[in-house]
Amino acid sequence: MRPIKNYDASFLRPLLEEMVLIRRFEEKAGQMYGLKKIGGFCHLYNGQEAVCSGASRGMKHGVDVLLTGYRDHGHAIAMGMDPKGIMAELYGKITGVSKGKGGSMHLFDYEKGMWGGNGIVGGQIPLATGSAFAQKHKKNGGATICYFGDGAIHQGAFHEAMNLAELWKLPIVFICENNQYGMGTSVERASSVKDLYVKGQAYGIPSKMVDGMDVIAVYEEVKDALETARTKNQPSFLEIKTYRYKGHSMSDPAKYRTKEETEAYLLQDPILLLKKRMEEAGLLTEDDYKAIDKKAKEVVMQAVEFAEASPEPPREEIWADIYA
Amino acid sequence: MAIMTYREALRQALDEEMTRDPNVVVMGEEVAQYDGAYKVTKGLLDKYGPDRVLDTPITELGFTGLAVGAAFGGIRPVVEWMTIQFGLLAVDQLINNAVKYRAMSGGQFACPMVVRGPNGPAEYLSAQHSQSFASYFVHVPGFKVVAPVTPYDAKGLLKTAIRDNNPVIFLESEMSYGHKGEVPDEEYLIPFGSADVKRAGKDVTIVSFSKPVLMCLEAAEALAKEGIDAEVVDLRSLRPLDHETLYASVRKTNRCVVVDEAWPQCSVGSWIQSLIQKDCFDDLDAPVELVASEDVPMPYNHTLELEVQPTVEKITGAAKRALYRS
Repeated sequence: MRPIKNYDASFLRPLLEEMVLIRRFEEKAGQMYGLKKIGGFCHLYNGQEAVCSGASRGMKHGVDVLLTGYRDHGHAIAMGMDPKGIMAELYGKITGVSKGKGGSMHLFDYEKGMWGGNGIVGGQIPLATGSAFAQKHKKNGGATICYFGDGAIHQGAFHEAMNLAELWKLPIVFICENNQYGMGTSVERASSVKDLYVKGQAYGIPSKMVDGMDVIAVYEEVKDALETARTKNQPSFLEIKTYRYKGHSMSDPAKYRTKEETEAYLLQDPILLLKKRMEEAGLLTEDDYKAIDKKAKEVVMQAVEFAEASPEPPREEIWADIYA
Repeated sequence: MAIMTYREALRQALDEEMTRDPNVVVMGEEVAQYDGAYKVTKGLLDKYGPDRVLDTPITELGFTGLAVGAAFGGIRPVVEWMTIQFGLLAVDQLINNAVKYRAMSGGQFACPMVVRGPNGPAEYLSAQHSQSFASYFVHVPGFKVVAPVTPYDAKGLLKTAIRDNNPVIFLESEMSYGHKGEVPDEEYLIPFGSADVKRAGKDVTIVSFSKPVLMCLEAAEALAKEGIDAEVVDLRSLRPLDHETLYASVRKTNRCVVVDEAWPQCSVGSWIQSLIQKDCFDDLDAPVELVASEDVPMPYNHTLELEVQPTVEKITGAAKRALYRS
């Protein structure tokens, strides 16, 4: 665990608040899915909050760009998107962040640098490399973070993009959120090597493993990697080890994992770890935490109310947004 | 007016647009130092430098996807696929990303990019290099697809393609690069969705696009010797399609032959055939004929490969059937 002594409450508390908000948002999304308010595929982020929230604080919001796969609710919140618009998108409403045309897997906010939300495993990796190409070409001082899972790393898209990023020296940070299962297939059953970060080294890209349960470690590593991208046009690759508590999607009971394994991970829950360390440092009380949690639940309830009250998209929307 | 080859016309279009807009970037296999596999990009590296004319590794998926992302970021990439056949590896990046981002984001993204390269059969290339994939792209809402055959059309349409804010698939032909034609000295653009009547006639409409248009013109001359006055309509733009010009011709001649070098099933040709059959039903005096390639993988043997594709004889034969003169 990285020490938190270098950080004060003004940094740590919003971080904790965001992680709790994401957790509560995902729990509510799961409930609303169960009530058939949300349809299709819905991939929850519970357990992985330290990754998106830690990384987001290392970003230069306004110029940096982020792309990820379909488990994107946490990333959208961490990029500063309004939970109301996100929940409305899950509901398929016109007030959703993608006008109800994207759903859970396709949350976008171009102005905020949130480039989705992608449903094809690994398909976003070349796109992100192109975003970095544009940033370098336009010299706008931006860098790109490209997230993908441990399942995506075996796709050709990953390998072709890594090669191009290093060859053309693009300002990008590749982050493999290794939650250890590509749907129901464990990393051991899918990868010829144990540690995925070595795949970055094959392309001459500085690569390392990061503890994804330690939000401070994620923040520091991503911040450094983005700085390297920005100042030296040097890509980096981080394998961030994390764990998802829920199944791959709502239809997955996750029978391929033991109860013991899941329980062991709950003991190193990224939110509880941060809470405990802030308490030890005298930066948080139990009452503070209860207030944070209460606030998060309220924000999520307001998001649900907003989504419920929002209208369906009008029929003419079918024909909109196809050609520029 | 200058006489130049198809490849020179394409190069002029690239050159003019690169001068006009610093965000236009050319990338692909061998496009820079090697001057392009078909020399379309000759000299561009020297003129615009390695930041704007980029040799890629042989990774169609990777560099096409990269170009899509760059286009979202405000670059106007012109991607060269050495052949559309290689592009199959990259089709996911185009169909699922280039085309879908705008729709899935509720209109937040635009993808101003061009993918260009030779499509369809050339000679002696066997089955993996002799396929026409126009329908693969025309099928998908969000693409624009053009397929010019003359140097004039190639230049005017490529300039339009580069300025368009959508992903444009620009289909060329290996057999066309050396063809010469007139190209005006002054700047011009050809709008998408505009077909061109390459030969006016009154007895039968022969409609095609890309390389087979030249064969249709030959067939029209052969028919003229038998007293049949054929009109040849070059679609040029496959999506959007110029229904108006096409239907006006059919309504004039009342007979139609569609020529497409792709396989017959679910092809652009069969789609055009069905459109005319339905929308010009009352104007037709005969069923719409389709001259396509045979429904087989292309053989290497030259006699056989020619036999597989549309020929002047097959086109004149179809025209005569449409005129009940066979």
